[in-house]
Amino acid sequence: MEKVFPSAEAAIADVFDGATIMFGGFASAGSPTTLILALKHKGVQGITGIANNIGIGDRLDDLCESFQLKKMVCSFAIRASSAAKSRFEQQYRQGLVELELMPQGTLAERIRAGGAGIGAFYTPTGVGTVVEAAKEKRTIDGRDYLLEYPLRADFAFLKAHKADRFGNLVYRYASRNFNAVMATAADVVIAEVDEIVEPGELDPELVVTPSVYVDRIVKGDRHVIRWYT
Amino acid sequence: MSSAGTRERPTGLTRELIAMRVARELRDGMVVNLGFGLPTLVANFLPPEVTVLFQSENGILGYGAIIQEDARFDQDRINAGGQPVEIVPGAAFFDSAQSFAMIRGGHIDVAVLGGLQVSEKGDLANWLVPARGGGSIGGAMDLAVGARCLVVAMEHVTREGEPRVLEECTYPLTAVAAVKLIVTDLAVIEVTPEGLVLKEVAPGLTAAEVQAWTGARLRWTDPVPEMRL
Repeated sequence: MEKVFPSAEAAIADVFDGATIMFGGFASAGSPTTLILALKHKGVQGITGIANNIGIGDRLDDLCESFQLKKMVCSFAIRASSAAKSRFEQQYRQGLVELELMPQGTLAERIRAGGAGIGAFYTPTGVGTVVEAAKEKRTIDGRDYLLEYPLRADFAFLKAHKADRFGNLVYRYASRNFNAVMATAADVVIAEVDEIVEPGELDPELVVTPSVYVDRIVKGDRHVIRWYT
Repeated sequence: MSSAGTRERPTGLTRELIAMRVARELRDGMVVNLGFGLPTLVANFLPPEVTVLFQSENGILGYGAIIQEDARFDQDRINAGGQPVEIVPGAAFFDSAQSFAMIRGGHIDVAVLGGLQVSEKGDLANWLVPARGGGSIGGAMDLAVGARCLVVAMEHVTREGEPRVLEECTYPLTAVAAVKLIVTDLAVIEVTPEGLVLKEVAPGLTAAEVQAWTGARLRWTDPVPEMRL
């Protein structure tokens, strides 16, 4: 069960045209930049991306350079201010890429459900807004909820701080965010890390993502991203 | 109610003073989430005797000051606005599913969000300006339905002088009947089951003047006190 791959290119070699890929990260924290840039280099097309955000502190926007994205599923894509538009925003406004926008907590819980074998769930978020369009609404104990379905993907690209060779992951500061959730919800889970260690070197009491969820590990390159609102 | 373009916009409090007034709502021991923009300033004006835990939806309970020194920038140690932040003693990190369980589950005492429009029933619109299109939801819809108390900090009228406090919001909603308190550059307004109650006015303004810049009926008891800063 060798999970350590020699390069990001090797780790993503079987990613195919039309794949659905989850990308961990929240703005600059925990974004799997090495894997994203390998995907850009590989040039696969027609990708459906699932991520918290695109074009704010991440390199996902680079995938728009050669129009690799067909669709993004995320909570944050278009900035409210008149700041410089991302490539994604330009392509979205030209109708070249689809956007499925949803509340961040609904996105996180849909992924959690996808990884946890849950068939669907009811959430109060979005009641009375455009989010409820075409969704089943149910009143439970006097409060209204919307029915939401799970999300899964063909691949998940994660960024963690350290992995052991079994695939246990630990994270720095606020970088676990969507990484630790997406680890559970894709057929092939690929983690780029700062450091790969031997089994036993990570304190089992502090492991955040247990090894069972992780299929491939690769040492990432260091990419510093500065991004503020 | 207002006649845009025919009169000077009123001079009210600066953004910093709005934030200072919001900070007075916070009590020792509260768990508080501050939205992008103006609300982030609230952290700068906490009275010294008040200790609160700031939650950031990217997975931090217990962040502190914004780090200004470039040499200490760390892309994994950011709040939800992407700003590098200090981590206070006693803090905890968690993933996005956990973060929104915390938010929707009623474990956040106060959320302070920016606003585009608020209705007299407490509906909030803050994620999309229809004329600009696109928009981003982020964590706003979950925070608005989940926080035990939702405070909106915003300017009382638009740049064009149109009221933002209205009988009905005309922009797409973030949440229905969620806002408890509105703090603007002109006034502090409480949302009650009987409608909007004008609690305080900015220095130099009368209740009747605030009413004239408001698109919904305000109730008040004379004399309305000046805003406490």
